[in-house]
Amino acid sequence: MTGPSNLQSKARHVRATWSRHCNTVLFMSSEEDRGFPTVGLGTGEGREQLYRKTIRAFHYALKNHGEDADWFLKADDDTFVVVDNLRWLLANHSAGEPIYYGKRFKPYAKQGYMSGGAGYVLSKEALRRFVEGFRTKVCTHTTSVEDLAMGQCLEKMGVLAGDSRDTLHRETFHPFVPEHHLTGRFSKTFWYWNYCYYPITEGPQCCSDLAVSFHYVDPELMYVLEYYAYHLRPYGYRHRYQPPRPPALGMAAPTEKPLLATAKVTRAAAGAEKPGGAGSTQASEARSDARARTETSPPSEPSSTTLGQESQGQPARD
Amino acid sequence: MPSESGSFLKGVILGGVFCLILALLGTFSPEIQFRSDDHHHLHHHLKPLSREELQKLTVAQMSKVTQQVRVYCLIMVTPKILVHWATANETWSKHCDRSAFYSSESAKALEAIDLQEKNEWTRLRKAITHAYDSAGGIRWFFVARPTTFAIIENLKYLVLVKDSSQPFYIGHVQKSGDLEYVEYESGIVLSYEAVRRLVEVFKDESKCPERGHAIWTLSEEKQLATCLRYAGVFAENGEDEKGKELFNKKSVNTLISDSMSQNPSDVVEACCSDMAITFTGMSQSQMQVMMYGVYRLRPYGHNFHDSLTFLPPKDSDND
Repeated sequence: MTGPSNLQSKARHVRATWSRHCNTVLFMSSEEDRGFPTVGLGTGEGREQLYRKTIRAFHYALKNHGEDADWFLKADDDTFVVVDNLRWLLANHSAGEPIYYGKRFKPYAKQGYMSGGAGYVLSKEALRRFVEGFRTKVCTHTTSVEDLAMGQCLEKMGVLAGDSRDTLHRETFHPFVPEHHLTGRFSKTFWYWNYCYYPITEGPQCCSDLAVSFHYVDPELMYVLEYYAYHLRPYGYRHRYQPPRPPALGMAAPTEKPLLATAKVTRAAAGAEKPGGAGSTQASEARSDARARTETSPPSEPSSTTLGQESQGQPARD
Repeated sequence: MPSESGSFLKGVILGGVFCLILALLGTFSPEIQFRSDDHHHLHHHLKPLSREELQKLTVAQMSKVTQQVRVYCLIMVTPKILVHWATANETWSKHCDRSAFYSSESAKALEAIDLQEKNEWTRLRKAITHAYDSAGGIRWFFVARPTTFAIIENLKYLVLVKDSSQPFYIGHVQKSGDLEYVEYESGIVLSYEAVRRLVEVFKDESKCPERGHAIWTLSEEKQLATCLRYAGVFAENGEDEKGKELFNKKSVNTLISDSMSQNPSDVVEACCSDMAITFTGMSQSQMQVMMYGVYRLRPYGHNFHDSLTFLPPKDSDND
């Protein structure tokens, strides 16, 4: 997910690095840009438009690329994703299961919801139910707090919130940069402690070897992580963690499961300093989208706060 | 007489031309010493064995080579850089077959061999002598400060089938006047034979004085190169098969940042070697991230079919 002002400063580096490993990548923006290319969602930018853009992006993806992929990943323009590890995570599951994965948070929803910045991935069935939910008005635009609203809609539509941890119960989706997870010590009053669905491990075991994502990744760090993950290696080193081969793959060579990533770039809301702060804008890649887009019924304006305070759903991440 | 003066003149002219030719020939020396653009052609480039050559080795040869390519790490510390000392201790130095921290003075927090020596060159000499005496069967030595991060497996790959009973002195080579030396900052590799000769030449106070020259002080890296040169050991620049540097005195972040300015369309490919051995100037957090990035983070399903296997060290949880 991205926005016009982030294309050259952020989205371009996503395009140059990890998004190349997706089967299809769409850069979602409020405006179409044929050169980049981005999909124009016809919204505004900024925090208030966050969920609106996400809703439209997913509708667009299902409509135009529903047959091109089994899984649909939403990420921001400051998210770094190791797509091969996402494939490993999903290898044991099928696109027909109503399930989605990400960094699981616990408050405000019975089964929890997935952090927006760390990225989340929906099965095709989950995506269908999401779109169906809006068609039948079971889901509406309740709040601009995108990740929470997604979680609540999906829960209503019977989509399961999956456990994305590796076989040693280490997290794979990460809402901060590697340095923060590996070396930071979160203060006991930091909101994170109360939000994580699973127990937090600090230090080197915070993170799986087969990490899927990191967030708040600036362009320089994108290339650094690309270098660490895909290039620099210790010759002959036999890694300590030997992940089991997913049984679903059987004995044959693993077949690639098509993966569609909707790379969403976040434009910081005016005045906010942190990139990809609570407000995530969506960047759509608009290849020549000449055909008229049938708008789904415009999401209703947020009424009163439905989930406690709107502002509390996405606390300032700092 | 005209004919006599004529032949005299001819003689002078011939002689003059002959001298001129000699003078011109004199400038065409086969070793062009001081042209900086030819810098890289002067010293040797040391590369690892290619994949094809490695595959030709038999299993027995392979296992022999694995045994022989063990590394003794000499990490030169001072209490001033305690934090980096601790980080090196917790991270990359665990991958050395043997690692020893040589300090200028003891520090309560961390274990080290206290050389009780403030002079850096003298300290380095003592450390090398100590390492040589306690090497046991180890045949390769790596000298670094703890502000450097080293990937020892890649060091082993570089020297894999090199004969340690030959003198090797490897790292990032720089030139000062006509002295070629390995930069200390990005780490120094020495074979057993190089160290043996060095320890011998340490005894010669005229060639290799213990306190350095009284009149002017050379840096330790240049002192080392000078002493080694007396012993017939010359610096070689470590690079990968594509000619990329293996020993770096900048951090990964700095090198990537430079590459973003210089090669914006191909940042990672144009930056650094896949088999890099050292990076320097990283903060302790960056070194922890590097530990994760090098030894753990990877994309599932990529097999490299390396000819050797190095196992992770015991009792460690960050690699």
